[in-house]
Amino acid sequence: MSRLTFKTNDSQELAKEEMYRDLERRIVASPTGLCPVDLGSSFIKMCLAQSCGKCVPCRVGLRQISKLLDKILDGEGTVETLDLIKTTAESIKLTADCAIGTEAANFAINSINNCVSDYMEHINHNCCTCNSNQPVACLNLCPAHVDIPGYISLVHEKRYDEAVDLIRHKNPFPIVCAYICEHPCENRCKRNIIDSAINIRGIKRFAIDNSKKPNLPKLAEKTNKKIAVIGGGPSGLSCAYYLSIMGHSVTVFEAHKELGGMLRYGIPNYRLPRKELDREINFILQTGITVKKNITVGIDISLRDLENQYDAIYVSIGAHTDKKMEIEGEDSKGVLSAVEMLGNIGDDKMYDFTGKNVIVVGGGNVAMDVARSSIRLNAKSVNIVYRRRVEDMTALREEIEGALSEGCNIIDLMAPIRIESDTNKNVIGLVVKPQMISDIKNGRPSIKDKDEDEKLITADVIVVAIGQGIDIKHFESSGVNVKRGTIDAMDTGAIEDKLKLFAGGDCVTGPATVIRAIAAGRVAAANIDEFLGFNHEIKHNIKISTVNYKDKKPCGRVELPLREPQDRKNDFNPIELGLKEEEVMQECDRCLRCDHFGFGVFRGGRKTKW
Amino acid sequence: MVELSIDGINVSVEPKTTILDAAKKAGINIPTLCYLKDINEIGACRLCVVEVEGIERCLTACNNIVLDGMVVKTNTKKVITTRENNLKLILSQHDFNCATCIRNGSCKLQKLAEDFGVLDVPFDVEYEKNNWDKKYVLQRNNSKCIKCMRCVQVCDKIQTTSVWDVVNTGSKTSVNTKGHKEFGSTNCVYCGQCVIKCPVGALHERDDIKKVLELKAQKDKINIVQVAPAVRTSYGEILGIDKKIATEKKLAGILKFIGFDYVFDTVFTADMTIMEEGTELLKRLENNREKKLPMFTSCCPGWVNFVKNEFPELLPQLSTARSPQGMLGAIAKSYYAEYLKVNKEDINVISIMPCLAKKDEITWDDTNNVDVVLTTRELVRLIKLLFIDINKIEEKEFDIPFGIGTGAGVIFGSIGGVMEAALRSAYYLLNKKNPSADYFKDVRGLDGYKEGKVDLGGTVLNVAVVSGLSNARKLIKQVLNREKIYDFVEVMACPSGCVNGGGQPINIYEQNVKERSDYLYELDKNNKIRFSHENPQVIDLYKNYFIEPLSNISHKLLHIEHKVRIERS
Repeated sequence: MSRLTFKTNDSQELAKEEMYRDLERRIVASPTGLCPVDLGSSFIKMCLAQSCGKCVPCRVGLRQISKLLDKILDGEGTVETLDLIKTTAESIKLTADCAIGTEAANFAINSINNCVSDYMEHINHNCCTCNSNQPVACLNLCPAHVDIPGYISLVHEKRYDEAVDLIRHKNPFPIVCAYICEHPCENRCKRNIIDSAINIRGIKRFAIDNSKKPNLPKLAEKTNKKIAVIGGGPSGLSCAYYLSIMGHSVTVFEAHKELGGMLRYGIPNYRLPRKELDREINFILQTGITVKKNITVGIDISLRDLENQYDAIYVSIGAHTDKKMEIEGEDSKGVLSAVEMLGNIGDDKMYDFTGKNVIVVGGGNVAMDVARSSIRLNAKSVNIVYRRRVEDMTALREEIEGALSEGCNIIDLMAPIRIESDTNKNVIGLVVKPQMISDIKNGRPSIKDKDEDEKLITADVIVVAIGQGIDIKHFESSGVNVKRGTIDAMDTGAIEDKLKLFAGGDCVTGPATVIRAIAAGRVAAANIDEFLGFNHEIKHNIKISTVNYKDKKPCGRVELPLREPQDRKNDFNPIELGLKEEEVMQECDRCLRCDHFGFGVFRGGRKTKW
Repeated sequence: MVELSIDGINVSVEPKTTILDAAKKAGINIPTLCYLKDINEIGACRLCVVEVEGIERCLTACNNIVLDGMVVKTNTKKVITTRENNLKLILSQHDFNCATCIRNGSCKLQKLAEDFGVLDVPFDVEYEKNNWDKKYVLQRNNSKCIKCMRCVQVCDKIQTTSVWDVVNTGSKTSVNTKGHKEFGSTNCVYCGQCVIKCPVGALHERDDIKKVLELKAQKDKINIVQVAPAVRTSYGEILGIDKKIATEKKLAGILKFIGFDYVFDTVFTADMTIMEEGTELLKRLENNREKKLPMFTSCCPGWVNFVKNEFPELLPQLSTARSPQGMLGAIAKSYYAEYLKVNKEDINVISIMPCLAKKDEITWDDTNNVDVVLTTRELVRLIKLLFIDINKIEEKEFDIPFGIGTGAGVIFGSIGGVMEAALRSAYYLLNKKNPSADYFKDVRGLDGYKEGKVDLGGTVLNVAVVSGLSNARKLIKQVLNREKIYDFVEVMACPSGCVNGGGQPINIYEQNVKERSDYLYELDKNNKIRFSHENPQVIDLYKNYFIEPLSNISHKLLHIEHKVRIERS
């Protein structure tokens, strides 16, 4: 007998590791609307397999719970069955020896507590409140509900103009979204079950790069209705675009020098090239929208005036005010807000950070934009200071990685205490208190002070990027309902008690994604049209091609390449390069065409009008 | 054209043709189960799978289109084994006690199991329980349901009444009323289109044969049976008897053999309906051009239920004339009872109808004019139950007085028939002379939505003829939005009318709708009398009893006030 052994390459264990990965990916692609009882029962069965078998509550109890859940699923359960599950689970939770038992029991308890109505439906009527009306995941998760399988198939056939036209049918910002959409469409892509989500944004990018002559939709007959859109960002322009196509006269009031909202005044050129943004906006304006720039509603003209002059109004003022840290020394020279800094950059007023040490406070995408811009403004150093851990940052992973690779430094678990300045009130640094990560509250880890002294991080410039607010004063005083600092609009965009008024975008949701703002604009356009007594249909007649029948063999996802960090960090030129044709075709080929295969062929067929 | 090869046969088809249709062209049959052309092409049962060269997965032939150069194989081991496995999986969730199934012999699944030579199902057989309330005219037995989704699609797409839906999730996915509503509170109109499209025995009519046997057993009662026009077009189909033998006179002979005391023809009251409804139309045209037009026909109970459920504001625009079935019941229990010098309680009226909704219609008021309604399918089951040898039955005439029907009355059974019959007589009423019998033949044809102007000798009417409730809904919307203006509209809930009624025989492959309809027009052509107002018995009945159309007594007996219903059968 050897005293020690060292096991390698246990093929069965390796196979099981692969099974866990399959399971993870499958859960990622889980459709919406599943039955909580069915899911609970399946989950508990997996927990059973995990039980080591030593202790009674876990080994026997979980098995009994699994059987009782099945009884409910089979329509044989009663209220007593449910009570028995609950008491058994409570007892397992209290007496199991390890997390395998306690957390499985917890899962059962939470499932019952949170979905009791569904359990009762099974018990009382032997049916489920859920209904596996599984929509096409990408199309459903896109807030604008763009026909994604449709345009992927068009790109596959190299029909780029039609692909872009198809996107514009629901989203007038295909170019912008090709660069910066957060692509929620990819989140539950069924392709995850096989390997990983389709690079939908990459495909869109190829479409817009290769589209030669997209079609401007035919404009409906003039209606002689006048609509004011307050704020020319993505939401306002989307609303204006569709209303204009419907034949209404639209005037956009823009407070800034140029249109685009956060697309221009929040997102730097290296992520969204101005040239491309202008191309997009010019296309939208071709529908005949009137634009009044440098006009702030509430200063230059009142909401009441607009209400008197227009038949309907869409408020889409975005979230352009900055949030303060509310700490000592925040008024020192050299302290900037992210909104201010990116706003100036948007108007080509560039800063020179040569030789300067910059601190960026915050962990969101805006913080990364500011940090990466600072690098490009020739800063000597850029420190991103964040209270929680890097993994808790709300910024996209690729943004964080991009910032790091361009030379930004992240100092996490540091809470800003005060800003130190010299006698001339010039910033000399940020005093921070080290933090430790602590209990998870509401799904997010909290922090508490660590038993360590405060530190000074020296800096010449401090940029605060901890969030934006909405300037709603004028609207509030004009009688518009507000809720927690946002305009209180219904899901139709309408505002209660304000007949003519609609609102959407960041000013309603708080700072959110571009695509949500776009979607809100379209929803409002449809409802404004209806409010004005019309029912204009936005149609397309693009024929979507044959599905391809090739076997879906596992194949890696193609990613959009970036310019080398050493090169890209020196300028504001676009950093993301497009895919090559071969790459895009492979990516299109990976699409499972859920519009044809699976539930998509049964329900919710292709809608060519809205 | 797209060129491809199927089992080695080269075939050239239009682009976008499905593999299934291309195979058909090449003379190759591919089995299908859930597939229903244009309605349900969802590849759910996976029995129509084929192999395509270069692809490992099998493809469904019903909803995948051919590509140029495709090499398809339908007879490989892979195809045969996977199809058979899928069939066994379907069987494992289906109550295949075929001997006691209402669709024994007309079940597509049973036929496929036979064709595949399935001798055992290697899985645990587990199916849903049947807990449907037996009182309903329409019966759903989920222990038979194979989740093909046809009923869901038919109700959604053809009828737009959306009674059925996919319910529950995952492997517990099933089909039931949308939102788990109690069936009685759904918008079901009892058209039975889902029933005739159901490939198995999951949907069927309430079986009322026993009630008929009970009535027949009441020795002191007079049993009157009436037969709707469309029944004669189809009753022979599942009995396997040629149309030439399965005639209307043969049917009269069978019913007499069964022992009904009087065998009457609903065609007679179809003629009565024309007298009442035609006169009503002319009166509405005269008096109230704005308010109560278009006038809608009311002989289809599925359609009337549709209006009651979804467009009650249109009820005043339905003709108040009872349906032919209702009129025969009314006459039998009034005039005829008096004629026979018996109490109306001593008379039982039994109807044979191509329809489920007719079972519902008799509950609309409490006159009890009709006691039991059997569908054509139940009639066939009754014939089988009594082991009647059709070939030995002699052809007989229907009984006098209500056994005489005109060619106008008989075409009630096909879409456009009521319109044509009404126009023939309306022309006479306006001009005191007949048009040629085929003068209005333009309203014929099985299209779902037909419209046009008809000239009644100077009076021009805008008319429309629609069948299928999706077309009816379209028409109503256009009328309500004032996009269309009509004077008279015929509506039948079932596409193509009663010949394709929900109570008609179910053919495993396809309903012989065109053939059935043609048969009715042939009967019309061959009838010596082709105008309802020339039916001698109709003339007599008005002379002896009803005086004239829309008289007080006919109002009392032959008309009905359409009301929104609270209780439903």
